[in-house]
Amino acid sequence: MTQLTIREAISQALWEEMERDQRVIILGEEVGLWGGTYAVTRGFYDHFGPERVRDTPIAEGVIVGAANGAAMAGLRPVAELMTINFAFLAMDQIVNGAAKIHYMFGGQFKVPVVIRAVGGGGRQLGATHSQTPDAVFAHFPGLKVVAPGTPHDAKGLLKAAIRTDDPVLFIEHATLYQTKGEVPEGDFVEPIGVSKVQRQGSDVTIITYSKMLQLSLQAAEQLALEGVQAEIIDLRSLRPLDMGPALASVKRTNRAVVVEEGWRSFGVGAEVVSRLHEEAFDYLDAPVKRVAQDEVPLPYNRELEQLALPQIDDILAAVREVL
Amino acid sequence: MAQAELAVKTLDEQEMLRLFHEMVLVRRLEEEAARLYQQGKIGGFLHLYIGQEAVSAGVLSVRLPKDRVLTAYRDHGVAIGCGIEAKVVMAELLGKATGAAKGKGGSMHLADIRKNFWGGYAIVGGHLPLAVGMALADQYRGDDAVTICLFGDGATNIGYFHESMNLSMVWKLPLLWICENNKYGMGTSVERSSAVMEMKQKAEGYAMPNSSVNGMDVLAVRAAAQDALGTVRESGTPYFLEIVTYRYRGHSMGDPERYRDSEEIERWRKDDPITVYRSQLIADGHFNAAALAEQEARVEQDIQEAIEFAESSPDPAPSDLYSDIYTES
Ligand SMILES: Cc1ncc(C[n+]2csc(CCOP(=O)(O)OP(=O)(O)O)c2C)c(N)n1
Ligand SMILES: [Mg+2]
Repeated sequence: MTQLTIREAISQALWEEMERDQRVIILGEEVGLWGGTYAVTRGFYDHFGPERVRDTPIAEGVIVGAANGAAMAGLRPVAELMTINFAFLAMDQIVNGAAKIHYMFGGQFKVPVVIRAVGGGGRQLGATHSQTPDAVFAHFPGLKVVAPGTPHDAKGLLKAAIRTDDPVLFIEHATLYQTKGEVPEGDFVEPIGVSKVQRQGSDVTIITYSKMLQLSLQAAEQLALEGVQAEIIDLRSLRPLDMGPALASVKRTNRAVVVEEGWRSFGVGAEVVSRLHEEAFDYLDAPVKRVAQDEVPLPYNRELEQLALPQIDDILAAVREVL
Repeated sequence: MAQAELAVKTLDEQEMLRLFHEMVLVRRLEEEAARLYQQGKIGGFLHLYIGQEAVSAGVLSVRLPKDRVLTAYRDHGVAIGCGIEAKVVMAELLGKATGAAKGKGGSMHLADIRKNFWGGYAIVGGHLPLAVGMALADQYRGDDAVTICLFGDGATNIGYFHESMNLSMVWKLPLLWICENNKYGMGTSVERSSAVMEMKQKAEGYAMPNSSVNGMDVLAVRAAAQDALGTVRESGTPYFLEIVTYRYRGHSMGDPERYRDSEEIERWRKDDPITVYRSQLIADGHFNAAALAEQEARVEQDIQEAIEFAESSPDPAPSDLYSDIYTES
């Protein structure tokens, strides 16, 4: 084990996969000479060269579309979208392209593309640059959507994303890049579509992922001081969604809170709560609570922005309500 | 590599006859498809290529098997030109398990990976970026294949077109862009939707070599496509070929066609690619009318077989609903 930041973990995963497999290439805005807007690909251009680390024009449609096409033709492209907000300009290639092509042509073509996109709010970037629209993408069968919350998972899941023959949207949280954690030495893969118990507890189940995993872990520490043991389930993948560990946990704790950074309506929490109702209704001793973003475009003002984003206190309040 | 893969077929009489056969096959296949559509045996959208047959026949007669092909939803002619059997096309139109996409794609999504036909795509312009990526993959590996991407005049107005033209030039990709200018995108004429009347002018903005050709003349299309492909293969960089053509039928089935008058269609019918080519083959002394009629009779037989095959083929199984969403579960 070594201590890595999520940025280092993602960078290592990319680097190792590129060393391992000539078919892996990177394309996107500022991925090369600049070294990546979030410095994830720093040093890649010099080491792997311009053929494998390809700076593109500012043209999200063709960035993702070309990545899809290259994937169909046998490469393993990793397309970087500077932020997930720009994925809306590539929405058609993600939704009508990557997610459909395998099925629509009767299984003839594979699209082993990875689309890395940086999401999340909290940096005073204003309404268009601060979104957490993960649930939007999780809506589409055919696409895999992964959003790690720890360095360990970031590395293992990115490697899995690159190796799977299916298209994967890999969502990184802009404010998690500095988050540190233990990562095994050497090559390892974490399975896509498998949730993980990140903290054990017997009193309440917190179901979450990505940045909100980190907040939930902190909330759990506070709750422990009050004698409440929270079990934390990290979804890690939104599609395929593995409800197994969450259901097993809720059947023991009988109480649940779902924490997500995105908007509440039609969100990840809405889906998880429905599944809990469908499959564990009889085990619930209290209505499941959702912690989510206020339903507003995120404002620039720091206080207002923080007011809208889910905070540790919101998680604590929700847990206390279900206890 | 087999010799046949290295060279384009010479335009001998056998090839001339094959071109005739192919154009008639595409037309008759579509006339029958229209009939089956009216009978309710074909659902969804059905975009007929009738009038444009010289484009696919001419272009695809000069591609090498290693060259990838992509097109839009008006894809029956291109599918046949790529070598998909008429019966497999027909089976897909009827939604059968034996169809080109196992009944899951329909008319707009024919494909055959074995024929290097990478599909028909129903989002206008959406396949142009895919073509960029495929050409990139070939360039990256050092394969000297050319990716041939066909699209309509209407598609030149969408952002994808411009993003793809630009990037293909920036990355100097082996791409042959083919614009089938049939004068309309649904009911909106080029005059009413494009700032320039010649689609090839749009290539100029990207410093891309370009030309245009009469799409009603199969041999002219063939020659132009051969030159264009040769240019791409030699230079490894993109080329834009505009092929001026016309569709006689509505945009898709059930188009009330309020946007044009029948005189316009009649004027274009005088240049009908099959009629013109038939006369030309006879006038030039290559074939007599009887020999061509014999080809047409053969087509009738192929079409009847295709329909029988399609109609007698099984539907996909209910369990196929869930197959091929992912490559692995
Ligand atoms: C992005 C998108 N917008 C609109 C449509 C609806 N539509 C289907 S075909 C078409 C016209 C396209 O015209 P053109 O590119 O000239 O091709 P043609 O039909 O003439 O072969 C339109 C508007 C679509 N399929 N995709
Ligand atoms: Mg058109």
